[in-house]
Amino acid sequence: MAKKKYWQSFVELNDTEGHQKLAQNEFQELLPTGDAESTNLGDTAASRRDFLKYVGFSTAAAMAAASCETPVRKAIPYLNKPQDLVPGVADFYATTYVNGGEAIPIIAKVRDGRPIKLEGNTLSTFSKGGTNARLHASVLDLYDTARTRTPKLIRNGKETPLTLDTADKEIGAALASSGPVVLLTSTINSPTTKQIIGEFLAKYPGGRHVQFDAASYSGLLLASEAAYGRRAIPSYSFDKAEVIVSLGADFLGTWVNPIEFSKHYAVGRRFDESNPDKLSKHYQFESMLSLTGANADERFTHRPSETGAVAAALLSAVQGQSVSGVDGANLSKGIKAAADKLNEKKGRGLVVSGSNNTQVQLIVAAINEAIGANGTTINWAAPLQTHQGIDSEMETLVADMASGRVGSLIIYGVNPSYEYHNAAAFDKAIKSVKVSISLNDRADETTALCQYAVPTHHFLESWGDAEPKAGYISLLQPTINPLFQTRQFQDSLLKWSGNPTPYEQYFRNIYISKLGGLENFNKALQDGVIEPATAPTGGAAFNGAAVAAAVGAVAGLKKTSKTEVVIYQKVSLGDGKLANNPWLQELPDPITKATWDNYAIVSPQFAKAELKIDLANARSADQYEVQMIKPVLKLNINNKTLELPIIIVPGTQENTIAIAVGYGRKNVGRAANGVGQNAYSLLSYNGATVDWSSSTVSVSGSDAKYKVGQTQTHSSYEGRHEVIKEITIDEFKKNKFVVVQQRESEIGNFGGIENYEKEGSLYPVYDRPGIKWGMSIDLGTCIGCGSCSVACTVENNVPVVGKNEVIRFHDMHWMRIDRYFSGNPHDSDGVQTIFQPMLCQHCDNAPCENVCPVAATNHSSEGINQMAYNRCIGTRYCANNCPFKVRRFNWSDYTGADSFKDNQLTSGVGALNEAVFQMNDDLTRMVLNPDVTVRSRGVMEKCTFCIQRTQEGKLKAKKENRVLADEDVKTACQQACPTDAIVFGNANNPQSEISQVRKNNSLRNFYSLEQIHVLPNVNYLTKVRNTNVLAAHEDEAAREGAEHGSPAKAEH
Amino acid sequence: MSEHRPIAKNILTLSILISLLSLSNTVNAQDGATLFKNKCASCHGVVKAVLGPALEGVEGRWPSKELLYTWIKNWNKAVATGDPYPVKIQTYNASAMTVFEELKDADIDAILAYVNKTAAAAKVPTGPGGGTTSDAAAESDSSLLYGILTLILAVISLVLLQVNSNLRKLADDKEGNPSSEPIPFYRNKTYITLLSLILFVVGGYFLSQWAIGLGREKNYQPEQPIYYSHKVHAGTNQINCLYCHGGAMEGKHANIPSTNVCMNCHMQINEYAGPDIFKEDGSKVNGTEEIKKLYAAAGWDPATKQYTGNGKAVEWVKIHNLPDHVYFNHSQHTKAGKVQCQTCHGDITKMDEVYQFSELSMGWCINCHRETKVDFSNAQGEGNKFYSIYAKYHEEIKNKTRDSVTVNDIGGLECQKCHY
Repeated sequence: MAKKKYWQSFVELNDTEGHQKLAQNEFQELLPTGDAESTNLGDTAASRRDFLKYVGFSTAAAMAAASCETPVRKAIPYLNKPQDLVPGVADFYATTYVNGGEAIPIIAKVRDGRPIKLEGNTLSTFSKGGTNARLHASVLDLYDTARTRTPKLIRNGKETPLTLDTADKEIGAALASSGPVVLLTSTINSPTTKQIIGEFLAKYPGGRHVQFDAASYSGLLLASEAAYGRRAIPSYSFDKAEVIVSLGADFLGTWVNPIEFSKHYAVGRRFDESNPDKLSKHYQFESMLSLTGANADERFTHRPSETGAVAAALLSAVQGQSVSGVDGANLSKGIKAAADKLNEKKGRGLVVSGSNNTQVQLIVAAINEAIGANGTTINWAAPLQTHQGIDSEMETLVADMASGRVGSLIIYGVNPSYEYHNAAAFDKAIKSVKVSISLNDRADETTALCQYAVPTHHFLESWGDAEPKAGYISLLQPTINPLFQTRQFQDSLLKWSGNPTPYEQYFRNIYISKLGGLENFNKALQDGVIEPATAPTGGAAFNGAAVAAAVGAVAGLKKTSKTEVVIYQKVSLGDGKLANNPWLQELPDPITKATWDNYAIVSPQFAKAELKIDLANARSADQYEVQMIKPVLKLNINNKTLELPIIIVPGTQENTIAIAVGYGRKNVGRAANGVGQNAYSLLSYNGATVDWSSSTVSVSGSDAKYKVGQTQTHSSYEGRHEVIKEITIDEFKKNKFVVVQQRESEIGNFGGIENYEKEGSLYPVYDRPGIKWGMSIDLGTCIGCGSCSVACTVENNVPVVGKNEVIRFHDMHWMRIDRYFSGNPHDSDGVQTIFQPMLCQHCDNAPCENVCPVAATNHSSEGINQMAYNRCIGTRYCANNCPFKVRRFNWSDYTGADSFKDNQLTSGVGALNEAVFQMNDDLTRMVLNPDVTVRSRGVMEKCTFCIQRTQEGKLKAKKENRVLADEDVKTACQQACPTDAIVFGNANNPQSEISQVRKNNSLRNFYSLEQIHVLPNVNYLTKVRNTNVLAAHEDEAAREGAEHGSPAKAEH
Repeated sequence: MSEHRPIAKNILTLSILISLLSLSNTVNAQDGATLFKNKCASCHGVVKAVLGPALEGVEGRWPSKELLYTWIKNWNKAVATGDPYPVKIQTYNASAMTVFEELKDADIDAILAYVNKTAAAAKVPTGPGGGTTSDAAAESDSSLLYGILTLILAVISLVLLQVNSNLRKLADDKEGNPSSEPIPFYRNKTYITLLSLILFVVGGYFLSQWAIGLGREKNYQPEQPIYYSHKVHAGTNQINCLYCHGGAMEGKHANIPSTNVCMNCHMQINEYAGPDIFKEDGSKVNGTEEIKKLYAAAGWDPATKQYTGNGKAVEWVKIHNLPDHVYFNHSQHTKAGKVQCQTCHGDITKMDEVYQFSELSMGWCINCHRETKVDFSNAQGEGNKFYSIYAKYHEEIKNKTRDSVTVNDIGGLECQKCHY
């Protein structure tokens, strides 16, 4: 079999035996017929007589059960119904998603008093309705069983519940007599909260407020202070940047404010067929393959310790000097190319860096100054306020605590015992604090060491405000009554500072007077956002005095040790605050496609040299990938040891190991406990800021093996290539019909693009009167973040299956994001990545439909491939016959929806993980969407095009006596997409958005596996790379060369 | 083979005869049932006295059938004849019987036939099916009638066939044709086969009917915590359904009104003074006491006319239950589809205690979706504008190749219109 252009896994690339077997065996399980296969049937445990007995008994039992009296059901109305509430009709409230300093305006869908779904608030010009996976998953945290339910007194590890009054009395007395009070919080950007903190500290003189960010941006803040005189993060306008250079900043995944940046980024990345030059150019220099790097046009790798050198080289290059001080000709070439491009598009470029080193950030500021970004793509008139923590303040605090200079410590929204780099020192220091109070929502690592726990509300239960960007305020209003005896942080502070006003009143008073009346306030609350009428823009005076020193300083940072480590945040879990969220834990990482674990990412070169895993060797590749048995590495980093399984990712710099934070939690809930290892301990403090990389690393292999639940090998297209299409901008400019011609060559013999539906098949063409739903996904703007995946899970009650089941290929995501690599895996700079969201394609000539023996899946007149769960008998023929592998089978009772109680396995093969049971708790189940059936064991399920939403949208239009509009129906994935890559609507209406998108992008439009005539209703738009080299094509050329007997093209 | 042919022919004739007979019979019985439900059932039960006397054995009570006809059409005329029976029964209840001049003698016969049939069925003990008693009883009852009829006809045909074969044998003997020894009918394979086939078909029919009925709750009429009479509220007092069940126009649930909605009126209305209400078991309902139960639930002190704050929501028993895998939206039907409440819930204005009027089975839903016409635009361009996108149907209507569009035509029978 020919080598593939695109590959999801190494075994696929090499087409190993294990992979072939995997592709053949659609389902991993065999029927449990072991006993019956022995020679003498009479001797088996399940004999024919037994079989008949059971059949007879179960038939009789079923009859008896069915003829029982139907249970009496009660219908209990309100005693006094709130006026605007209609049971069964959802209400929508504008509020704000808050996670540390991150604050995004949202709309909460509240059904019968329960918030069940969050969407972006499109009224906000700050986020423009953008969302990400964490935001979508955060609604589940409201119903987290691990939340602390009452205030508690904690002494010697023993917890005694307190009433709020008792707690207030005791804490009030303790605070008054303890000495200096320190408030240790995450970044606070709420104006009213800042005011309350000010009043609180005035009441307890000598105290102070320390902000601590687990993912710190101290370096950037301090560099800004040095260069611009302001300790803040400016606004970055990725939408205005035609050239984007990122030095290790994962601005689409985790860096500063990814939701806003993704929205902006997509503006320049959306390909315009009539104006191809408008496409922005993105360079990425990094050590590991990040989500942002995967989307870059040109990507270059370097050692983690070389970050400063790369920045310095880029600075000298944009200043017209030579590139020096970096290793490798390719890297130098890349820096030169990026600098040339930045100079070419002066004032329309932007350079960002993910480093937390002040010197590096200073150099980056100087580059931005040199390319005219200050005031154009960098906006100082409305700086970001999402991260304000300064690392040195935390160091001072821990030292003060240890020496007894802190009387009381009030902790809110931070968890230093877990996320501080020197947690042991903090743990020791807190024992010297007289009074320690935790306001965190659960009994996390830090709270366990405190004396009092006064849990705060979830943000969906809270009042409040947030100002993530100066001048851009987003309001919070409660969407549900507090579930537990918790109290909002602000209320506690007000109470303890002796102010009897409840925070709600306090907050209202401020805003009513600020906005000039109750009416304006109500309007603002309804909109959710208060924003300046015209967006303020402007630069700041640059002071480059310290730059030269910085360039000198970073030169010394470069190391030559054999291995270096870079610590990063995962796109799914971020800094780990939402670790007990099964939806996030089960979301496959965009790059590694691994769930439920953290691991050490290594390069294929490293694996081959150090671990003797040669992925070109079929046997070791099979063991590594098909059986998912990963060797465990013993790492010694900064004199701390850690054992982690490896994941091999092409595109990783060969001396680099990457490890994610956010794992290794203790006692924070059933889903998070014991998942992965804590990597925060690997961070180190360099005297000014916390370093997220290290070169003090020694590595040794171990005999231990560990299974990681990876999803990338789960489904195979069995050698069919034309799933995705990408071209370079040069190809397009040379021949803009390149994609159309490719399609014609595939289906030209069957009527061509115009008549393919009719002439490609013997079947008749069916009418679609009225509506025909269609979806378009732009591979060019899709960044692979996984927001759609989680939104789909929330909307459609998609079950969580847990790690064990993921390992058994039983993952259930209706919307998966396929990640393809192309190029030579051993060439870190040459590997290209492409993402493809894959969901049910709703084929008009669907192969799944005609194999169902009970017609449980069939086609609707609106073009939807329907699935009737109650009709399905679980033969799985449909999944077998689906060319896209998007059907999902309920192998176990994941939801507890079976009629039979205790039908969930807790031991043996197929034992379900704790997380599944967490999801089945009565409290957690409050998050379920009541309009969507919870599927039981043994039925097939898949994407429905959010049928509950299409039905509701149609009904809305009918009730209002008008034609369906695009706004009536938006699928969950479409609404969730931060880059607006997904468009959905009625394709029969030529004015609809979907028809327009297909028309305006007819040169890029294609259908996945079009040549097999399944006629999908989902179309994709070809990715156009703003580069002149396509790794996939190069590979092809090399292959052709080899086939013709000429020597294969040399490896890069 | 030759001697079997006449038998086969006879059987064919016979079966056609039977099926014809039973067909006409069905039509009659259904008419009777419908007429009874529409005209009589609001005041008369078959075996149970409601407002009027029970109708079981009514023919026997009347001196002549003519007089009964007269009474039913217009009771005044019957009294005017001076016959002592109508004179006696005119004082049965304070409220007089309605006049039904529109009924023909044949209609009355149909009603009486239905009454007799239902009365007979009521005496037969209920089968093991349990849940669907009256419906199943009515079914098995009419079948019993057919059964008896079929049996009689079968016996006659059997006798005739025997006679026929004996005569043929005699004739054969007379003409000197050789004939085989006759086989007694109980060993005749044709008869045995026929009999087992009939048993299989009939048995299978009943078995499948019973099985289909499992879990269905037509006529389910639970006792509610407060005796709330829809007849008094929606019937006598003509309160609009939507006053209490406003959700029906807005969302999926019609919603049982919250207690504060009841109190809107019942703050003033604290006693019941209408005609007597009787429960299903015949006992009398004290309306004023039931209103007091409402006050207790609402936490209302009628003496001080104040809320005490000790209210507790009424736990009504839910009557209409759909399986979890069915999505049903009231507003889809009432607002978009303009379906009347009564279409599915029956004549609520005549029900004291509400029962489940419709089967709520999938077949029942589908049937309605097949027949119901969508609010498509007519010649005047009226109709729901949503459907203007169905260009093809509009074209067909214009060309007169189509006269209407049913729910089925716009995909109303597809799985995921209700199951998702």
